Amino acid sequence: MDDLYREVIIEHYKNPGYRGSLDPNDISFEDENPLCGDHIKIDLRVGGDGKVSEAAFDGHGCAISQASADLLLESIIGKDVNEIKHLTKTDVMDLLGIELGPVRLKCALLPLKILKAGVYGLGEATDDLLEEGQA
Amino acid sequence: MTAYNVEKIRKDFPILGIEVSPGVPLVYLDSTATAQKPAVVIDAMDEYYRTSNGNIHRGVHYLAERATSMYEASRAKVAAFIGADKPKEVIFTRNATESINLVAQTWGRAFLNKGDLVVLTEMEHHSNLVPWQMLAKEKDLRLEFITVTEDGELDQAVYDQWLDQGPKLVAFAHMSNVLGTINPAKAMIAKARRAGAITLVDGAQSVPHFPVSVKDLDVDFMAFSAHKMVGPTGVGALYGKEELLDKMPPYMGGGDMIRKVYLRSFTPNELPWKFEAGTFCIAEAIGFGAAVDYLNSIGMDAIANYEHQLVQSALIKMKTIPGLEIMGEKAAHRGGVVSFTLPGIHPHDVAQILDQNGIAIRAGHHCAMPLHDKFGISASSRASFYLYNTEEEINHLVVSLQKVVKMFS
Ligand SMILES: Cc1ncc(COP(=O)(O)O)c(C=O)c1O
Repeated sequence: MDDLYREVIIEHYKNPGYRGSLDPNDISFEDENPLCGDHIKIDLRVGGDGKVSEAAFDGHGCAISQASADLLLESIIGKDVNEIKHLTKTDVMDLLGIELGPVRLKCALLPLKILKAGVYGLGEATDDLLEEGQA
Repeated sequence: MTAYNVEKIRKDFPILGIEVSPGVPLVYLDSTATAQKPAVVIDAMDEYYRTSNGNIHRGVHYLAERATSMYEASRAKVAAFIGADKPKEVIFTRNATESINLVAQTWGRAFLNKGDLVVLTEMEHHSNLVPWQMLAKEKDLRLEFITVTEDGELDQAVYDQWLDQGPKLVAFAHMSNVLGTINPAKAMIAKARRAGAITLVDGAQSVPHFPVSVKDLDVDFMAFSAHKMVGPTGVGALYGKEELLDKMPPYMGGGDMIRKVYLRSFTPNELPWKFEAGTFCIAEAIGFGAAVDYLNSIGMDAIANYEHQLVQSALIKMKTIPGLEIMGEKAAHRGGVVSFTLPGIHPHDVAQILDQNGIAIRAGHHCAMPLHDKFGISASSRASFYLYNTEEEINHLVVSLQKVVKMFS
């Protein structure tokens, strides 16, 4: 059993490396999944070279959404903001390393939607953002 | 009376024998969302399509006659099941939700006016909230709510205060799909009547689980769904008192609901067909009748007693899990629903891990967001029990919940 809850997910849920908030920040965005009430806010600091220097998330939700946020932020430190625009669903699934059904997929992808909406400076986090480089 | 034989009952439900993965049998604890179906219900629908399929009320050939009499026989069974005097007081709809919308859009539109007070409760399913919110917006009605106490009961003192203000309608769930609370419907309806209000009971969770008589309750309208009472999806019913249904304008327009149609006008059909426009889900309506026959064969008293034992045992066993909190645990009368939270563990995670153990429970707000707000949480996990669940399944649930707690500790 428990394939879904690989050690890494439980570990990132219980001891997240990037939980918190950044004030001041360069990019901040928050949204929620009304279905389950998962809520996440992501703050980024971007250096003069256009690369992410610091990242933090805050909020509440299931282990999948929270671990996904932590893993995602870990993966973008030092990355160019423009690169973040090209992150997709597949990247998140690779980070989590699990298969998810349609309901839980929404939890897993919430952090990416929020991150991309913030980076693009959009008003809301939509599902279109889960595909390659849309604006 | 013979002893309740749950093993025999389980054999009537083909799906209860499946494994969700090799060696992991299904433990179905989500009957509040939808109940499983016995073979007699599945067969009744199958048989109908194989031997009796024809459109009802419109043909004179063998199949049309046969389908019509089966459909109407099913209505009579459903009417008798809820203690209605006349089959024509039972309107077939798609589900409880449609039944409530029907009342809002016909009776409500015709008889409620600007400023009228409609009393609902904080424990309603969205299906008994949103139709009234929509109507309130359209007609500028006033909605007020009977509050829910910490024990998970309706605050009757608050109800009395609203009654003093002369509501036109009081609408509430007979049994909460989250707390399991069984509300004192008969007394509440009597009070509403004295205050001059029309009453609507959402029977989606009561009719499947214990004997309900509309006559004894003296309720004006009652809504329920077949799929929660071992019947098929796609069909439900609205009970209404004849004199009220007679005064109401039709709901949807089309075939079957008319007596005569001219190019610019029509006259509506008589009850109950006035509210049944278009070709209906005939097979499902017949399956509904088979479901009622099945429940009668076991006996609603026996089912209610058995579920009562199960839930009492579940409450005791579940409370041994560290940190587990049950919503509305102390309600004086409760049915087979236990909604709970575990500290620091999201209900989605609980449900997902249980699923890997073959256990189906529900996680989320169970279509009752305002009630969860009231309890200060965004979601809960819910295990619910029905006539085919067993003590062993409860034990399995408890052991699996212990595993969940351990994983996250
Ligand atoms: C109390 C209550 N009312 C209404 C409904 C709506 O039932 P349906 O979706 O079949 O219309 C439900 C279903 O969950 C319920 O539990």
